[in-house]
Amino acid sequence: MDLYKFTFQNCELICYNLIIIIIKSKLRSGIYNMVKLAKYLNGYKKQVILGPIFKLIEAIFELIIPLMMANIIDIGIKNSDSQYILHMLGMMILIGIIGLISAILGQFYAAKASQGFGTAVRNSLFCHINELSFTDLDSINTSSLITRMTNDINQLQVAVSMLIRLVIRAPFLILGSIFMAMSINITISLIFIATAPIIGITIFFITKITVPYFKKIQNTLDKISLIVKENLSGIRVIRAFSKQEAEINKFLESNNLLAQTAINVNKISALLNPATYLIINLAITCIIWVGAEKAFIGDINQGTIIALVNYMTQILLSLIVVANVVIIFTKASASASRINATFELSSSLEPHNSNPSVQKNKSNKIIEFKDVSFCYDKDCDSSLNNITFSLHKGETLGIIGGTGSGKSTLIQLISGFYKKNHGDILIYGNDINSYNEQELRKIFGFVPQKAVLFSGTILDNMRWRDPNSKYEDIKKALDIAQASEFVEKLPLKYNTKVEQGGKNFSGGQRQRLTIARALVSEPEILILDDSSSALDAQTDSLLSQALINQCQKITKIIISQKCSSIAHADKIIVLDNGIQIGYGTHDSLLKSCPTYEKIFESQKV
Amino acid sequence: MKDILKNFLKYLKPYKLHLGLSVIFVISSISLSLFSPILIGDAIDFIIDTGNVNFSEISKTLIKLIFLSLIASMFQWLTTVSINTLTYNVTKDIREQAFKKIHLLPLKYSDSVAHGDTINRIINDIDAISDGLHQALLHFFTSLITIIVTLIFMASLNIVITFIVILLTPLSIFTSYFISKHSYKSFRKQLNTQGELSGYITEMLSNQKVVKAFGYENRAIKHFQNINSTLYDSGVKAQFYSSLSNPATRFINTIIYTVVGVVGSLMLILHGNISIGEITSFLTYSNQYTKPFNEISAVLTQVQSAFVSAKRVFAFLSEENEIKDLPNAVEIENCNGSVDLNNVYFSYSPTTKLIENFNLSVQPGQRVAIVGPTGSGKTTLINLLMRFYDVNHGSIKINNIPIQNIKRNNLRSLYGMVLQDTWLFTGTIAENISYGKANASFDEIKYAATQAYAHNFINRLPNGYKTIITEDGGNLSQGEKQLISIARIMLINPPMLILDEATSNIDAITELEIQKAFKKMMKGKTSFIVAHRLSTIREADIILVMNNGNIIEKGSHVELLKQNGFYAKLYKTQFLNQ
Repeated sequence: MDLYKFTFQNCELICYNLIIIIIKSKLRSGIYNMVKLAKYLNGYKKQVILGPIFKLIEAIFELIIPLMMANIIDIGIKNSDSQYILHMLGMMILIGIIGLISAILGQFYAAKASQGFGTAVRNSLFCHINELSFTDLDSINTSSLITRMTNDINQLQVAVSMLIRLVIRAPFLILGSIFMAMSINITISLIFIATAPIIGITIFFITKITVPYFKKIQNTLDKISLIVKENLSGIRVIRAFSKQEAEINKFLESNNLLAQTAINVNKISALLNPATYLIINLAITCIIWVGAEKAFIGDINQGTIIALVNYMTQILLSLIVVANVVIIFTKASASASRINATFELSSSLEPHNSNPSVQKNKSNKIIEFKDVSFCYDKDCDSSLNNITFSLHKGETLGIIGGTGSGKSTLIQLISGFYKKNHGDILIYGNDINSYNEQELRKIFGFVPQKAVLFSGTILDNMRWRDPNSKYEDIKKALDIAQASEFVEKLPLKYNTKVEQGGKNFSGGQRQRLTIARALVSEPEILILDDSSSALDAQTDSLLSQALINQCQKITKIIISQKCSSIAHADKIIVLDNGIQIGYGTHDSLLKSCPTYEKIFESQKV
Repeated sequence: MKDILKNFLKYLKPYKLHLGLSVIFVISSISLSLFSPILIGDAIDFIIDTGNVNFSEISKTLIKLIFLSLIASMFQWLTTVSINTLTYNVTKDIREQAFKKIHLLPLKYSDSVAHGDTINRIINDIDAISDGLHQALLHFFTSLITIIVTLIFMASLNIVITFIVILLTPLSIFTSYFISKHSYKSFRKQLNTQGELSGYITEMLSNQKVVKAFGYENRAIKHFQNINSTLYDSGVKAQFYSSLSNPATRFINTIIYTVVGVVGSLMLILHGNISIGEITSFLTYSNQYTKPFNEISAVLTQVQSAFVSAKRVFAFLSEENEIKDLPNAVEIENCNGSVDLNNVYFSYSPTTKLIENFNLSVQPGQRVAIVGPTGSGKTTLINLLMRFYDVNHGSIKINNIPIQNIKRNNLRSLYGMVLQDTWLFTGTIAENISYGKANASFDEIKYAATQAYAHNFINRLPNGYKTIITEDGGNLSQGEKQLISIARIMLINPPMLILDEATSNIDAITELEIQKAFKKMMKGKTSFIVAHRLSTIREADIILVMNNGNIIEKGSHVELLKQNGFYAKLYKTQFLNQ
């Protein structure tokens, strides 16, 4: 019987997947993780219950077919009853058709329920991510988040569909085959019961031996990718140093190792097919031999022996299916645990009191920091220490310092993205936490360091702060940001399509558009995070002029590495390693703050 | 298509023996294992009735069966091993050629083709070729042989039933064609929607902070839900259609199985020209007969994608190489540092003119500053000096020797180059500093680092000089990376320098140190500097002003200001307010 031969070519693939799983995940707590997500199946109760039932019906009919064939041989042929045989033919085809219909229904329910499940999880996860605070967002990296939203959920979808399609069907086929064999003859069924675990153990051992090698192969392949990547990015330096030979040798070493390891490990994993083939054929030999003895006594007939041989193959097929299900479920449980971990991240930002805010003071100090400290992790040295300053409406604040000095952290505290650990942050004399999220976003206009635009039109991008903003408002913002000129020159003007990330605009154009985006419908406080780096000197100075002349009411906070960009500010904070080492005007700082003076000197041509 | 195959056969050629053996092994293992149903049928035929069982014949047949299984499984193993060995070796060879090709190509290639694309060709495309080859040899080949051998065996048992099986074959082919056509359509739609969704997720999540800063969350969620529900519709369809293939195959299998059994039984009753054992063998064959067809259609898609990949890989391999060194090329041992450019013409593409009739004579020890607005092509000159690109016309001479007559490696070793995009490789800091002098002692490395003002920050790192630099130097700041690459040059102390001042955000203190290191390094050396700072430019002996890829002005700072041309304008707008 070699039906399994062809399926066992897939078996190698299954074996390989098992190995990958063992390498990549721990096989624990999987079920718990998946059960936790089961609530997303709530809308699909009908499908989840009926699906497996239809698949079960199909499986039962599948088991009946060999039995009917045995009857044809044992009854039909023996009695030379062609009527009976034709009758059975009709029955078998009928059973086949009913089986097919229930299978189709089962598959349909599986498709509906699993896709519906995936869709629900995706929606819910996306909503959840949008509720996370900056602190939470810092703790997960974006690319892993994207993987979770796509691959992991797809993986779960497959698992749900397998659950419906196979979880009842496959064990039923194994147990059913064994049961059928037992009903035919207890002694012979022992052969079945012995063979299944032997095959299982064979798969297990071969897999176990090869695991470390496959790990090595994966590592080597990663290394090869890295070498290729480095050689491409460093091609000028490599040629400048004439190191081509050395780099090629480095590559060859890994490349040869990869081929050699793969060839060696495959000598072992290639044992899998022949070994199972041999085991099954030995089992069949036993069945025939024992069957012959039983037939001699008259316990069983030729036809039943044939049926037994058939069940043997059935078991093997089902074992493969079970192995496959195990693989899918371990993969899915790893996915489930990652997704659950994301769900468990709760917003550490207190819901900025979501009620419409109560009557507030209107202090003339728009922002005030009193001895504010902050750190990202609970148990780290503070990222910011004892920051104190205050700002009146319409004033400009400059923040300067080296990389990692805490400039960006400071503005994120100002705009309420992080929650201070110590001290007071007041807006118009009220604690920042007394404002709700929407009120805060209305107050601030934010220009990020990295100039990103979003796919859509220019107009779409300009309406981020306020979806209903008027054309005149947008035009005014574009004017101030020095963007009108180039936007007006575009054939479609405001309706020009923006590609993902704004790739169809130059760095300078993008930066001007992000500035305009923050200016639409006049924010009370404008934050510019080192956001003129891509502008040429002329545009930069025009922009500064426009901000000073046309936005007198707007309070401006400007972060920069360059003294020249903030020299005109009413107040300047000098940061070094999270400490406020200087606070005052440009002239006063030149006298009082040595670091500021040093920075100024180094930039003075 | 033909070319790809021809190219591919070149790589198969060294492994002719493996290929030949594989063919023999496949045929042997399949014929042997397909023979076992016949033996099983024979054995069953000896079980005639109660009290009438030919045990001696059965045991003979069963021993044959065991023996046959042993040999067949041995051949199965040999098949897989020889095909694997063949595949991995061919893959290795192709990848080796592809990697060497990186270093044979002119820089023009890596400058104009996205690196991701080249990496894709060398890693993923070659993997796809490997998979395709493996699948084609192992599965396609075995499936094909299985079908043929099965038909032969069946025909040897009974022509009529074999004929019935052949008649039923199109049923299976048609069904799998029908299903795959339908599911392909909805799969493509699902893939497109999924792509759209992933794109949206990527865009929103990677800029989540901007999304929050503008309170855009709810609008983002709404848009997301729209795409997501479209994905649901196409997903259900795609999954449903494709999941039909298993039950449909099973159903057709059942039909063939039933028809074969019934026809066989009827023939036995009516004519008696077939035995029960033979019917059993037939049942087995019919059970497995449709599988190879499914296998083949599954493998074909993989082979198809392997072909697409092979096309891309071979296209890469057949790109034109950099011109080789002339046979009589020399090596310069004592370079005085004089550089002459005579009558140089150069452009990246024939349609746009760049540098035309350019002359420049640099005396030993002089400093040349290259200035111009961003995108004016300041690196072009570096490309020509280092011979990353060849001039179209005219000559560049070092020590009065045309650089075409100097061995490339020697020419390049005369320059120390520090680029703005610093390149460091994965390895320790010490290894990175000694890149140009692999046998440098630790003291030399430390000395070079000290000279480059890099020693202090290196010492502050937990593992000092043994700190592993991660991919792309991610754990160091831009400025620190530049200091390391200066140390790299300090160590080899070449006679000439090519420096690229950084414009990017380097914090003020590090910037100051880089300035000092540059000055120290340039002492007494001919140097070319892509300059952004006024002080560097003022101190240069010669200033080259570039715009739109061409060198438009040449002279000292004072001379150029007097000319009151482009430089003077540039000076006023860009540098004066620094």
